Amino acid sequence: MIYNAGSYDVIVIGGGHAGCEAALASARMGCETLMITLSMENIANMPCNPSIGGPAKAQLVREMDALGGEMAINVDQSAIQMRVINTGKGPAVQAIRAQADKHEYHNKMLKTLLNQPRLKIVMAEAEEIETRGGAVSAIITRTGARFSCRAVVITSGTYLKGRIIIGEIAYDGGPGNQFPAIKLSDSLRRLGLQLGRFKTGTPPRIYRRSVDFSKMIEQPGDDLPLRFSYMSPRVTRTQHSCWLTHTTPATHKIVMDNLDRAPMFTGIITGIGPRYCPSFEDKVVHFAHKDSHQIFIEPEGRDTEEMYIQGLNTSLPEDVQVKVLKSIPGLENVAIIRTGYAIEYDYLPPAQLRSSLETRQVEGLFTAGQINGTSGYEEAAAQGLIAGINAALKIQDQEPLILKRSEAFIGVLIDDLVTGDIDEPYRLLTSRAEYRLLLRQDNADLRLTEKGRKIGLVDDERWRVYNEKKTRLEHDIGVLKKQTYTPADLDMSNFLESKDSADLKDRISLWELLRRPEIRIKDYTEMGWLNQEDEDILEQLEIQAKYEGYIKKQEEQVRRFEKMEGKLIPADIDYDEVFGLSNEARHKFKQIKPESIGQASRVFGISPADINVLLIYLEKKRRK
Amino acid sequence: MYDDIAAISTPPGEGGIAIIRLSGSGVIEKASKIFKPRRSEIDIRQKEGYSMTLGWIINAEGEAIDEVLLALMRAPRSYTGEDVVEIHCHGGILPARRCLETVMRQGVRIAEPGEFTRRAFLNGRLDASQAEAVIEIIRAKSDKSMQLALKQLGGRNSEYIHTLEDRLLELNAMVEGSLDFPEEVGELEYDRAEAIIRELIDIIEQLIRAGKRADVYREGITIVICGKPNVGKSSLLNTLVRKDRAIVTSIPGTTRDVIEEQIIIKGIPVWLMDTAGIHVTSDVVEKIGVEKSQEVIREADLVLFLLDAEEGITDDDLEIYRSIENQNLIILVNKEDLEEKNITSREINQHFPGLKVIKVSAKEEQGIEELEDSIEEMVLGGELQSDDLEIMINLRHREALLRAYQHLQDALQELDQVTLDCLGVDVWGALEALGEITGKNLREEVIDRMFQDFCIGK
Ligand SMILES: Nc1nc2c(ncn2[C@@H]2O[C@H](COP(=O)(O)OP(=O)(O)OP(=O)(O)O)[C@@H](O)[C@H]2O)c(=O)[nH]1
Ligand SMILES: [Mg+2]
Repeated sequence: MIYNAGSYDVIVIGGGHAGCEAALASARMGCETLMITLSMENIANMPCNPSIGGPAKAQLVREMDALGGEMAINVDQSAIQMRVINTGKGPAVQAIRAQADKHEYHNKMLKTLLNQPRLKIVMAEAEEIETRGGAVSAIITRTGARFSCRAVVITSGTYLKGRIIIGEIAYDGGPGNQFPAIKLSDSLRRLGLQLGRFKTGTPPRIYRRSVDFSKMIEQPGDDLPLRFSYMSPRVTRTQHSCWLTHTTPATHKIVMDNLDRAPMFTGIITGIGPRYCPSFEDKVVHFAHKDSHQIFIEPEGRDTEEMYIQGLNTSLPEDVQVKVLKSIPGLENVAIIRTGYAIEYDYLPPAQLRSSLETRQVEGLFTAGQINGTSGYEEAAAQGLIAGINAALKIQDQEPLILKRSEAFIGVLIDDLVTGDIDEPYRLLTSRAEYRLLLRQDNADLRLTEKGRKIGLVDDERWRVYNEKKTRLEHDIGVLKKQTYTPADLDMSNFLESKDSADLKDRISLWELLRRPEIRIKDYTEMGWLNQEDEDILEQLEIQAKYEGYIKKQEEQVRRFEKMEGKLIPADIDYDEVFGLSNEARHKFKQIKPESIGQASRVFGISPADINVLLIYLEKKRRK
Repeated sequence: MYDDIAAISTPPGEGGIAIIRLSGSGVIEKASKIFKPRRSEIDIRQKEGYSMTLGWIINAEGEAIDEVLLALMRAPRSYTGEDVVEIHCHGGILPARRCLETVMRQGVRIAEPGEFTRRAFLNGRLDASQAEAVIEIIRAKSDKSMQLALKQLGGRNSEYIHTLEDRLLELNAMVEGSLDFPEEVGELEYDRAEAIIRELIDIIEQLIRAGKRADVYREGITIVICGKPNVGKSSLLNTLVRKDRAIVTSIPGTTRDVIEEQIIIKGIPVWLMDTAGIHVTSDVVEKIGVEKSQEVIREADLVLFLLDAEEGITDDDLEIYRSIENQNLIILVNKEDLEEKNITSREINQHFPGLKVIKVSAKEEQGIEELEDSIEEMVLGGELQSDDLEIMINLRHREALLRAYQHLQDALQELDQVTLDCLGVDVWGALEALGEITGKNLREEVIDRMFQDFCIGK
């Protein structure tokens, strides 16, 4: 019996990382919002490695933070270790990575959600998306509740027709042995959306006290006051170490001897898995020449006994998993808490989406996160944030927020999804960004806070902090550019000599001098030439001065690229009418429906001639 | 609005004139930097639309490449609706290509097939009913150039390009892997990276050199014989052509016009030109002949400068030499068959240091073999590989290769000087330039390569 259970502006289905951001953004932007989740315990769950950040992902977290997202603050409060990855490889790729306390992360996020005005959570299985005139009108749950709404964000993760596989055993289930969401897939299909099947996996979890750490190498965190959010206080936290060990030839032999029982190879698993997160059995087979692989033992929390085994994703039978673990130095007496498993799930090939993450098929229906074929908490959260924002903007009758590839990693991520042929779970990489040097984790606030403010997600306090930083930064740049020295200046000569730096040839500003690798911004504050203590500002000054040449080069490229991005293709274009288009281009364009000439030119297999033909068609249309 | 583009707009090999067309908001400014008007007071930047100016295209050293007529059209009253410059070269296709390369060095890129027409349309210079016709042109031209490019990518070329691509992918995967998967891939192996960059630079150099040599076979060269009157120029032409083409007499000033003959030397098509002996003269006809000689000499790929062994080196000889010393030169001491010789090797070294000198007799056909060998060596630049002939690089490919080359040189310089993210800019730039030749989706290829070469994954 279906009954009316209330009316909302936006309904978010799912409480994972995408769902949390979507729900918070929508509610904070003034929409009455409902989150429907299968289980309260799984809000902001980390069924894989409880780690956030790293190259490209840290940039995402910072970008979300600048826009008013929650992930950065939440991880800052629940991190048990933070490190900087890629130090010395340049500011564009430097990235914070945090190890979070899985339970604390969940608890903190749950609390934030529960305390958020205009947001309600209900535990239920969403079964049916009801539409009226091609637009969403309500969600109906398995138990008959009908929640009417004007927009829906589906963030179902790996739950859609989820199927767990461990060796010869397979059963329907969501991650961490939860219930799967079975009916929603069919509802999506009935709405004319296409679904595909992907696979991913996790390693076993073990008891801390069953590990012999004396046989492993300790990996401590950085004792620096690191933080993701621009709003978090700088604290030095107690660092919990990770531990490094490795597999042995004996481990590999166990795998090889049991391949006939490995679902990856027996054909039980048909979904496509990610290459960057292969199962251990895959690694052993494909890199047969390697007789050892790294294994990291990572705590899942501050007080928990549970340890995560990074490097050992597997769907081998449970008895084989035990043998494999025991062959690894330090794990001879291991006791397993959770068995590793593979999970297959339905995803929605994202070429069916607009850049706003709204499906082209159904008005008001947005999807975000793993359902869009991505992997990773950060990728999911970033999409959730954008989908939530755009659902709210839609209800407010405003233009969607679409970030450009040259503005944010979030823009790269979403543009890749909607224009690409995603044939494996998508993970963001810094190498996917054309303008990596502009999209740094250190300048995410400078890039995006104003946009966040405009849509109403950046609160007064964040806005004040941002403006203060910006003003001080501009002031200091002025100081460094104005202050110049000649070769005759004695103070300067002495300083240069002490730094083993060449004498001046001409008059030079402190800003220009900073380009020399051996000259650091801290030297200036020590010399009393610059009065600034804020670490963020000092870092920003140094990067902007040292990399000015490269940054300018990339900005120039962006200007050229933007011309093409600005040329929009009307949504109702009929590609059959475009005379002179090659068949391949016609087919691809119909499928992907690029929104701009820039997007069209990124579609794989499109020639410059096709783009020219399209330009001419649009011009002809315009003149009519 | 759009960037600046250029292309040779006459079909190669047709007629003596080639037109290079430039279009875009910056082309007049850029053309002014490489154009030297005959009347020095003229500044083409000040000129109105639809004007013509005579002058020279000059290279970075200020040397003339070709005498040209420069036509200028201002936006919107031009074919494309943008500022347009047309350079009418009359030295045939080779100087035209050199002019185009000079233009490109000013930051003008080569137009895509049909791009002028497309711009004309988009800027409203063609009416909507012509859209279809424009598209036909774009399609036809790009399909044709695709076919051509594919053909050129066959054979040895594809092997080279394949090796280039393979190494560049490896290099990019190393850099990107180290940035995106630091824990699995570790630090960049600098020694390996340097070895790859050096190998790549080497291959591109070979390709460009071979491409230039192949051009010589395809398009031929011009060789001009020059020297004072009566030194034996016409005799040499006749000997090389193996027929009595030019009138030979013992009267100085016999040849008054430029005489041109096409021959093949060692497989290279050569336009051989005999000129009027250069000297001060009051004879009107001879004077015109001398001026014309000087003109063809300027445009020649190679100049054969004749001396008279019996007469010795005269002031006239030295005067002529001064006017041609910047050219590619071979010095020929003619009439070697005569008893009396008045040129010592000391004198030659003193006046013409470092130049190739050959003793010949045009009359008795002595030293001709050596001359032909030297010509081949001069134009091909030393070692010749048997597969050169298969290597054809069109200008677009060459431009792309040169860009890749520049990025690699920068990368080599930067290797351990800059951070890896910056190095990545040049390593990536090189791959992107190559991608313009192969037309592949490079980002995916690099990522594929990363997973192939490194065991990545948690
Ligand atoms: N002995 C000898 N006489 C030569 C040789 N080459 C040319 N002569 C003679 O020198 C005279 C001039 O030869 P041309 O070939 O007409 O000289 P040119 O340089 O073309 O003269 P102009 O056209 O008048 O400038 C003729 O009488 C030739 O026979 C040579 O190698 N040996
Ligand atoms: Mg003569």
